[in-house]
Amino acid sequence: MKALKSLVVLALMLVMNGVSAQTAEEIIANYIENTGGAEAWAEVDATKMSATVNQGGMSIPVTVYNTKEGKQAVVIEFNGQKITQMAFDGKSLWTTNFMSMKPEKSSEEMTQNMVLNNNDFPSPLLNYKENGYEVEYVGTETKEGAETYKVKITQEPVMVNGVETPSISYYYFDTENFVPIAIETTQMGQNINITMSDYQEVEGLYFPFSMSQAGQPFQMSEIIINPEIDETIFEYPGE
Amino acid sequence: MKKIILTLNAILLILTSTNAQEKAPTGKELFGDLKARHIGPALMSGRFIDIEPHPTNNRILFAGAAGGGVWKTINGGATFDPVFDEHAQSIGAIKIDPTDPDKTVWVGTGEIWTRNSVSVGDGLYKSTDGGISWKNKGFKKSERISAIAINPKNNSEMYVAVMGALWGDSEERGIYKSNDAGETWKNVLYTDESTGAAELLLDPNNPNILYASMWKFRRTPWGFESGGTTSGIYKSTDAGANWSKIHKGFPEGKLGRIALAMAPSDSSILYAAVETESEKTNGLYKSTDAGASWELLNNDFGLTVRPFYFARLAVDPKNPDIVVKGGLFGSLSRDGGKTFQDLGPQHSDIHDIVFDLNDSNRLYTATDGGIYRSWDSGSTFEIVEDLPVSQFYHISVDDAIPYNVYGGLQDNQSWYGPSASPGGIEARDWNLIGDGDGFRVLKHATKPIIYSEMQGAQYVWRYNTELNQTKNVAPPAENDEKLRFNWNAPMALSVHAPDRFYMGSQYLHKSEDMGNTWVKISPDLTTNDPKKQDLESGGLSADKSGAETHTTIFTIAESPLDEKIIWVGTDDGNVQLTRDGGKSWKNVIANVPALPANTWVYHIEASVHNAGTAYAVFDGHSSGDMNTYVYKTTDFGSSWQSIVTPEIKGFARNIQEDYEKKDLLFLGTEFGLFITTNGGKNWSHFTNNLPEVAVHYIELQKRTSDLVLGTHGRGIIIVDNIAPLRQINDTVLEKDLHFFDTSPGIIEETSGFNSTSKETEFVGENPSSLVKIMYYMKKRHTFGKMTMQIQDLEGNVIVEPTPGKSKGINIVTWDYLKKAPKVAIGKIPSFVIAPKADAGTYKVIITKGKETYEHLIEVKNDPKSAVTPAERAANKSLTLRLFNTIEDLAYLGYRIDTTVEMLKDTDSKNAIKFKEGLNTLKAKLVITTGDRYVQESEPELREKLSALYNEVVDTFEKPSQARFKNADTYERQLKDAWEEYHKLENKYMASINKEREKAKKEIFELKSKDDFLEK
Repeated sequence: MKALKSLVVLALMLVMNGVSAQTAEEIIANYIENTGGAEAWAEVDATKMSATVNQGGMSIPVTVYNTKEGKQAVVIEFNGQKITQMAFDGKSLWTTNFMSMKPEKSSEEMTQNMVLNNNDFPSPLLNYKENGYEVEYVGTETKEGAETYKVKITQEPVMVNGVETPSISYYYFDTENFVPIAIETTQMGQNINITMSDYQEVEGLYFPFSMSQAGQPFQMSEIIINPEIDETIFEYPGE
Repeated sequence: MKKIILTLNAILLILTSTNAQEKAPTGKELFGDLKARHIGPALMSGRFIDIEPHPTNNRILFAGAAGGGVWKTINGGATFDPVFDEHAQSIGAIKIDPTDPDKTVWVGTGEIWTRNSVSVGDGLYKSTDGGISWKNKGFKKSERISAIAINPKNNSEMYVAVMGALWGDSEERGIYKSNDAGETWKNVLYTDESTGAAELLLDPNNPNILYASMWKFRRTPWGFESGGTTSGIYKSTDAGANWSKIHKGFPEGKLGRIALAMAPSDSSILYAAVETESEKTNGLYKSTDAGASWELLNNDFGLTVRPFYFARLAVDPKNPDIVVKGGLFGSLSRDGGKTFQDLGPQHSDIHDIVFDLNDSNRLYTATDGGIYRSWDSGSTFEIVEDLPVSQFYHISVDDAIPYNVYGGLQDNQSWYGPSASPGGIEARDWNLIGDGDGFRVLKHATKPIIYSEMQGAQYVWRYNTELNQTKNVAPPAENDEKLRFNWNAPMALSVHAPDRFYMGSQYLHKSEDMGNTWVKISPDLTTNDPKKQDLESGGLSADKSGAETHTTIFTIAESPLDEKIIWVGTDDGNVQLTRDGGKSWKNVIANVPALPANTWVYHIEASVHNAGTAYAVFDGHSSGDMNTYVYKTTDFGSSWQSIVTPEIKGFARNIQEDYEKKDLLFLGTEFGLFITTNGGKNWSHFTNNLPEVAVHYIELQKRTSDLVLGTHGRGIIIVDNIAPLRQINDTVLEKDLHFFDTSPGIIEETSGFNSTSKETEFVGENPSSLVKIMYYMKKRHTFGKMTMQIQDLEGNVIVEPTPGKSKGINIVTWDYLKKAPKVAIGKIPSFVIAPKADAGTYKVIITKGKETYEHLIEVKNDPKSAVTPAERAANKSLTLRLFNTIEDLAYLGYRIDTTVEMLKDTDSKNAIKFKEGLNTLKAKLVITTGDRYVQESEPELREKLSALYNEVVDTFEKPSQARFKNADTYERQLKDAWEEYHKLENKYMASINKEREKAKKEIFELKSKDDFLEK
């Protein structure tokens, strides 16, 4: 009973803290704390996310690998056939050509932009200070019908078609629980809107199990923290 | 510790959600996924005010529209995107910070080319992310901002030129300075309450030097006045602390609007286009001594025409002798302003010109008809094709399928186009049905007749769309009496008699024969105040276009319940009612409370629910009154109640009543659309894909319940099917999740042929024909699982769409596709289409935590289909057969592939033979070589089967006999393949398993077919 009382007091403090949270640092700190804490997040070296994308009646299993070194791979299973849609080993970025089904290296510009993300695992929010990213609390805004804190984050500038362009994203944190429910960012000069929901716990950390990018839903079925990964999946296999 | 925090989090959720219940959701919290769609048109585009090029990257330019916001190009003007939708759409000036050009951009709102129909702004905005988001930085009541200047050596020091109010006095005018990058402002140049700043230049070589042009101007509903002794050019040499007039060389007396430009290559060279008291002294002046003295060089028509509308000069960045002036056609000089030629053909009325920073052959213009590009120094122009900033004065709809939208545009004629078109609504879909400025356009209810008009009812066309013939049916004046038609002259039709046609001058005119003959059915219904019939508009430069004709009828509404009841509203503030078809009239304006006298009656809406009920919208902005006035009467105008709340932003022009729920109302204001579901007790700003654009007219299409908006700056915007709004009430808003009833989805049998528009053209968005699953959620779903299933009535799961998670209205669509068949694996994947669901009723189940919510939806076959039920059934049955055959082949493929994979390291004789046999068999079943393009290999069974299946499943009719026979053949081939497989399996499997057992290897176990397909 005593414990419950102090919990309520703590909760009230949190509520008040929520109302007065006015700096980007506090909002991000609250998010990290509420989704597992900085220590737990720091122990994540890699993730494997299994998801399904539905397209024209086909359900396409997608597996996304991410590592602390910035390595990434997106492997889809199209009608039973495994295809590495995109992979990056920290240095070279490659894709599979859908006409020839052969691997092809991406342009140097895209590769260099990708290299800039090497320090962003598992999220640019977690180590923005070390990376020297600017964060700024912009104000509250209604997103997905909910009241959110809008936080601006400025990362290293990227190259877009040969021209250096600022890389600015906005994260919208639900004011009730400090988890981001929407992100507005740009990729190759195009605006991209992402929404997130269905946060669920995996080994004490909270991840959004449902995401939607430009209206295309992405349903996560499983997230594995620090999975065993065959490192060769990231590497460009050659001709 | 982690656990405790999570528990706290749960408590926190409970605590805050109890709080949230108290306030009814409004705006974005309520409307959720209910989004507007834009259909343009863009082919005639619309008025642009200002173009701002990036100082170092010539791919980037910003363009500000008269009523359509700010647009940014990152590809040198090939295409543009809107970047200012959440703010006032009327733009005065844009400035990119020269010290931080990729990020910092300023926008001053409020158009500065002060024609009668201009919109208003609401201050100064700053972006620090290259235009993604904006923050207001003051001047909210300034109405119009004409220029922004930033010290290129220190961006904390900046200046804003406020033109200020057009229709009244204002002290927020002149030049303002900030020393802290726009956080605080101080007025540094002010003359009087009727004189604003029209232009501001800063010398980049010496940022302490500034030039400002001040202008005395005023507009009333019946006239315009430009000029006074307070107009002039001022110079400061101490960063705005002190200013002095620099008029040496100008004539004495009053001056009007002055355009001003500095040569970028030599800042001592200035050009000024000056409006004076005499035609002889009007024209282009030049100074070569930084304004110390001026010389008149030229007073061609192109340099002096309509100074209030054209006051922009531009000088080539490299050559100080090349100077361009905006104008009716635009004028270009290559000899320092001595002689001029017209710019090349483009839309008339050119407001701004900018040169490319590297290549002066490249230039851009802002016109009444969009942005143009030139590649040859202004001789030839091409239009930017994706700028839907058309400015509608009025719109109407018909009941065709799909319905058409009709309307008239500022300086861009009258048009109609479809609300839906294969591949999207493109330029080719729009039909021109008028000339000059377009205003009201109405379609005859039963005949192929459209009425359209040009300014002041100079022409009223009755256009026969089948014969392509017109007749001018404007009501003629009798006995040499002058008829006063508004610039935007009202016309109306009757739901009681399709041939009836009304028009209003100072009288109400009625025709029972589509305009062939007319009778006046009223006396002069206006105040007929001679003081407001000033025909000498313009001030120093006469500007007699008829645009200021006042004391006219502006709105006509015949009651849909009783043809004898007609409401008329006048621009000088009378609300007149007849209840006997025009025999007697009563002015009921005195019964309207708290309304300033003579406020413009913009719209009267006669209710469909009750003959005595009407809504009246008054607009006083052209007298300087920016308040919102909307009233309702239920007793034929004997009493009126205001239904305005502080939630409404901007003066209103139009109201639309719902045909079904009487308390559901839609209001169009200077800053967008406002909706009430309770008769005006609360209003919500609808902002989902709807910019803060002036909504001039609203129609509700009866069959589709689509809300159609005629905007003055962003073309036609539609909110499809507002039916869920009819179902909203307090009980619904209290539920955690509430499904709305929606209309059945139609499985359309259209060709699928697409648009013809090119990459850089605007294409308007089509409505969706997919079935909509709509529900309201009280809270946004963020934590835990939430899923959706569509089941048939037997409970079989058809598909599992991803549900929307927003607070407010969620819309999920279903494309009628079931699950696609599983196919065998080959060298490259095979594409198969999913079969379509049958028409019928389906169950939607949402599971959210422990709760489930159910709702029924209906799907129908295309009512236009030529396919009989028997033919459809034949199609479905072959589809099903082929579907099963494809999956059977997939299972065979699985058995072969898995076996070969398991045996890959086994090289016993049996294993080698088994593998050989299986590989040979597989090669007949699926392609094992080639690619998807030029090295495509010969199709095997999988490819043939998929091709046949795709042909059948993609259609609705009975497949030809040959296709049934082909299906027989492929089924036989598959049967043979299975036999061959079983032979091999029987021959080798047992012995191989024995070998494996001996070697202590895993025994083969393959999945059953059901398990395989379930995966």
